[in-house]
Amino acid sequence: MNKNHQPALFWFAVLNAAATFLLIGLGGLVTSHEAGMSVPDWPTSYGYNMFALPFHFWVGGAFFEHTHRLLASLVGLLTTVLAVWLWLKDARPWVHWLGVAAFLLVVAQGILGGLRVDLRMASLGIFHGAIAQTFLVLACFLAVFTSRWWQEPSPVRPVAVPRGLRSHVLWVTVLIFGQLLIAATMRHQHAGLAIADFPLAYGKLWPDTSATAIAGYNAHRVEMNGENPITAFQVNLQMIHRLAAYAIFLGVAAAAMLARKRLGGGDPLGQLALAWLGLLAVQILLGAATIWTNKAADVATAHVMVGALALLTGALWYLVAARRTRLAADC
Amino acid sequence: MLVLDFVKLMNKSFLLLSLVFLSAAQLVRAGDITGTITLKGAAPTERELTPIRDVPDCSAMYPGALPKTKFYVVGAKGELADVVVYLKGVPSASTGASAPPAVLDQKGCLYTPQILAVQTGQKVIVKNSDPCVHNVHTQPTANAEDNQVQMPGGADLTFTFAKPEPFLKFKCDVHPWMFAWVSVFDHPYFALSGADGKFTIKNVPPGKYTLEAAHRKLGTQDAEIEVKAAGAAQNFTFEVK
Repeated sequence: MNKNHQPALFWFAVLNAAATFLLIGLGGLVTSHEAGMSVPDWPTSYGYNMFALPFHFWVGGAFFEHTHRLLASLVGLLTTVLAVWLWLKDARPWVHWLGVAAFLLVVAQGILGGLRVDLRMASLGIFHGAIAQTFLVLACFLAVFTSRWWQEPSPVRPVAVPRGLRSHVLWVTVLIFGQLLIAATMRHQHAGLAIADFPLAYGKLWPDTSATAIAGYNAHRVEMNGENPITAFQVNLQMIHRLAAYAIFLGVAAAAMLARKRLGGGDPLGQLALAWLGLLAVQILLGAATIWTNKAADVATAHVMVGALALLTGALWYLVAARRTRLAADC
Repeated sequence: MLVLDFVKLMNKSFLLLSLVFLSAAQLVRAGDITGTITLKGAAPTERELTPIRDVPDCSAMYPGALPKTKFYVVGAKGELADVVVYLKGVPSASTGASAPPAVLDQKGCLYTPQILAVQTGQKVIVKNSDPCVHNVHTQPTANAEDNQVQMPGGADLTFTFAKPEPFLKFKCDVHPWMFAWVSVFDHPYFALSGADGKFTIKNVPPGKYTLEAAHRKLGTQDAEIEVKAAGAAQNFTFEVK
């Protein structure tokens, strides 16, 4: 047992994770407002030092893009400090390297965001979104690894989590990550809503994607932001996103039931699985609301943030289950 | 021998002169293609640009009602404006380098005009008549993408495009409801329909052509036409289904 818990380090890691979550929200607002290219230069902003941009330029889409850059800089700074702190003060070499990995990832993420602007490559936004989710999980894992719970476990022998249940949660979490990749691809098409109704799709269970039908959909769209015309690919992608959402919901519901059955209703992991299910229900409702509000920026961004939380919950559940099982085996 | 050379020279001269006269005659005989574009059926309702309210510099210019989207500019009798009409499949013959520049103005936090057509190599000058910053972001599919900041009162920006491309999008990401589309052609035979739905493509050499009409939302329509000295006429009717 490692008696190396440092509350200040732990809370700093929590702060970094919380700032990262907010950053994902702000990044979501940037894309939801179609504002990613509103400041055409990087690392400068309108030719100014990024940290000295006069306030009168913080308007419209530039407000979201610029504040996203500033918060990203803060997260970069926090992660750098955390990595150095872990290297100097934590006794575990693997944690040192995890801190270094977080540092490298946040640097790569920052450069990727900058290149998306400088190279004017919308497709880079998909990777930028995917790395953001990955980094959030890593930042939260670092908080868990520096927690008292991880470093000074209770002397009471924990209950092991059956391998089947752990595998199930892992696969559902991987599915959620895949779903987030689909979502990032959808958002970075900059084409608005490919299907404008829910739960049906253009009034059908599966929409017509013939050239004539797509031309008709485009003729009737009156997009506020002049989004690109939709394509059959985008319509099919949204249908896959919907089907994956149902599959994930069923997967999480099964996880909640299995956890209750195998671990008991009072087990924290059973309760976390229930909370996960609740999160998924909210997420599906937000997905529907995104369509019903014609992709209102705030609603679409809330959908992004709850999606990140759903991924994080699955990942944390698996981490805690693995740790408990390991400790149970060691006792 | 000398006589033979003289005859050959005369023949060449005659041939050259004939070509010059023929070309000149053809130019004289070049006709205009005219027509009217009509919309059948009810156009979707345009939407008020409510995000303007969130940006004080822009909303200050609209003390009354906010402007609306302008996807369907339709007259009382169905006359459809902003349709690009052009000859399809004609050889590349751009005169864009010597053509007068086309102008896009950013005024009232809107692009004016919203639909434009130019030739390859022709300058597109973008002005900022607003009291606020804009970014001018081109989103082409065939040409190179560009994104430049334009300060209030800043110098005009100039864009040119090397390749033909339909409806190349200009947008402002600071004010994401601002956009315009510029169709680029590698020949001068195109026109835009006006508020009365009418269009005129001037000085088209006689011959048989495919005439195409393209609307940003309603797609394209083709017609086979023959242009004679007196020109040609061709109407198009688009339908919202």
